[in-house]
Amino acid sequence: MFHRESGVFKTTYGADMALYPLPIAKWTIIALGVIFVGIVPFTVHEYYLSILNLIFIAIVGALGLNILVGYTGQISIGHGAFMSVGAYTAANLAVKLDLPFWLTLPAGGLMAALIGVVVGMPSLRIKGLYLAIATLAGQLIIEWTINRVPAISGGAQASIEVGRPSLLGFSFDTQGRLYFFLLFFAVLAIVATLNLVRSRIGRAFVAVRDQDIAAEIIGINIYRYKLLAFAISSFYAGVCGVLYTYYFGIANYEQFQLIVSIDYLAMIIIGGLGSVLGSILGAVFVTLLPIVIRILMENVGSLFFTAAEMANVISGLRLGVFGGLIIFFLIVEPEGLNRLWRNIRSYFRVWPFSY
Amino acid sequence: MAATSARRIAAQQGDSQLVVEGVSKRFGGVVAVQDVSLEVPRGAIVSIIGPNGAGKTSLLNMISGFYKPDNGRVVLEGTDITQKKPSDIAALGIARTFQNIALFSGLTVLDNLMLGRHVRMKSGVIGSVIYWGMAQKEDIAHREACEEIIEFLKLQDLRKQPTAALAYGLRKRVELGRALALEPRVLLLDEPMGGMNQDEKEDMARYILDVNQERGVTVVLIEHDMGVVMDISDRVVVLDRGRRISAGTPDEVQRDPVVIQAYLGTGKGGERT
Repeated sequence: MFHRESGVFKTTYGADMALYPLPIAKWTIIALGVIFVGIVPFTVHEYYLSILNLIFIAIVGALGLNILVGYTGQISIGHGAFMSVGAYTAANLAVKLDLPFWLTLPAGGLMAALIGVVVGMPSLRIKGLYLAIATLAGQLIIEWTINRVPAISGGAQASIEVGRPSLLGFSFDTQGRLYFFLLFFAVLAIVATLNLVRSRIGRAFVAVRDQDIAAEIIGINIYRYKLLAFAISSFYAGVCGVLYTYYFGIANYEQFQLIVSIDYLAMIIIGGLGSVLGSILGAVFVTLLPIVIRILMENVGSLFFTAAEMANVISGLRLGVFGGLIIFFLIVEPEGLNRLWRNIRSYFRVWPFSY
Repeated sequence: MAATSARRIAAQQGDSQLVVEGVSKRFGGVVAVQDVSLEVPRGAIVSIIGPNGAGKTSLLNMISGFYKPDNGRVVLEGTDITQKKPSDIAALGIARTFQNIALFSGLTVLDNLMLGRHVRMKSGVIGSVIYWGMAQKEDIAHREACEEIIEFLKLQDLRKQPTAALAYGLRKRVELGRALALEPRVLLLDEPMGGMNQDEKEDMARYILDVNQERGVTVVLIEHDMGVVMDISDRVVVLDRGRRISAGTPDEVQRDPVVIQAYLGTGKGGERT
């Protein structure tokens, strides 16, 4: 309803190329800023803050995967493993060398980027399903390696405990404090991605996705850009893994198994491939869905089942409903939540004077 | 045309910008191109004609680096580009369009043109992520160059349209625009008028002449419409079954009995097939 171009005239190319070229953008950002910085962290219960924190982390990972899959058109089923690379890199550096988060975080990202490029090498020769299987192999190899090499995984349980991140003596040790920590990185990731995809590099990614032969003919080295997409995407995944580690206070390979890779693919497919807003919506959706289903099950289910039966019923039904809802959403709008949002927006664009 | 005759003189003086020396290409047992040479004078419009399967597109593919010739070499302004990658050849100033339009269908007309300027831009990953500052300044500067092309090709009202939604003739025009955005020194056009109606063909012929005369871009053209070819070309090269069977000015080629027999047929009124 607020998205209206009518009466907005741009006089410079800069204004026309702004991230959100309508004047309402300023107010949208201020409103979101007030809500997420000024209101939410001080009024919402700690439990819900912890859920929001999970969403922030998921946003970082989903954005990264969408750069690779949505924008560059290369598939990866290895992103869970890239997260674990970041997580274990950061955990080792934090524990063994006692480094602060502002060093372990980029270090985890860079290590994941390095591994990501290696796993992405097959993309130079193969596409589609074949690439999916190649990255799946990458996922399994990384999982196995971390699990079996004590120097990385820190012993029998393959898990390393880390302390809460702290900055200048201020420790982010509660959910309320972690909220600000994670919100910062989620916003940073969103802005960085928005800029990336509208710039020279982002356009080249889309060119590789849409027409790789034509991309080459206009001077884009497609091999370099495919690997670059893997590097950037894995960097996000690595950072996401580090954030998980600080959030849970532990790096554990079980948090980053194949199912996590699939979850993140689900996020960007449900949210919308090749869309920043879609990555965010998908991250929110996939993170919230199991939680909402569980709460519903607990409330509604208690009418039909005894407490003892509940545990079984919930765990089974949750997976079923989760899968069913994903299928439902994909049938209703195959292009994802982002498209749904745009349809609503364009309906209200000329409302109430359609036609 | 006065300008044409001036270029013809330059052509006769042997100032060749692009030289193809005896290239051959085999695919298994099929000889696509055999020992073909081509000299493209600076500022000329050179047309390559020939029946289907004569090896015209294969020849372009060797110039733009998609195929590596089995023999022979390709030289641009004294630099041997035979073994270079297509993206490096583009950076040296050879742009091209495709027989089957190859636009980036998910992007707008403007973004397609901006992509055409990829090799002229420098922003790296860090600059792009930060954006405000260097990358933005660069984007705006290059946007101006793209707007100039949009104006030249009269695409103003389409700049924010996704190219997938455009009509066929317009997509051909956008593809020409994307090639021009590269600021090419040599422009390779593979059937720019294929599938167009007469009006669209005339528009496209006018654009090609303007590109050549106003922007000083050398043009190598594959085209089946003999009327257009004979009108706008300075030189015509005729291929048949992978071999060069004739070359010269349009008049010379039209009179060449070998051409008439192999390409235009032996019947009367053979100027058009």
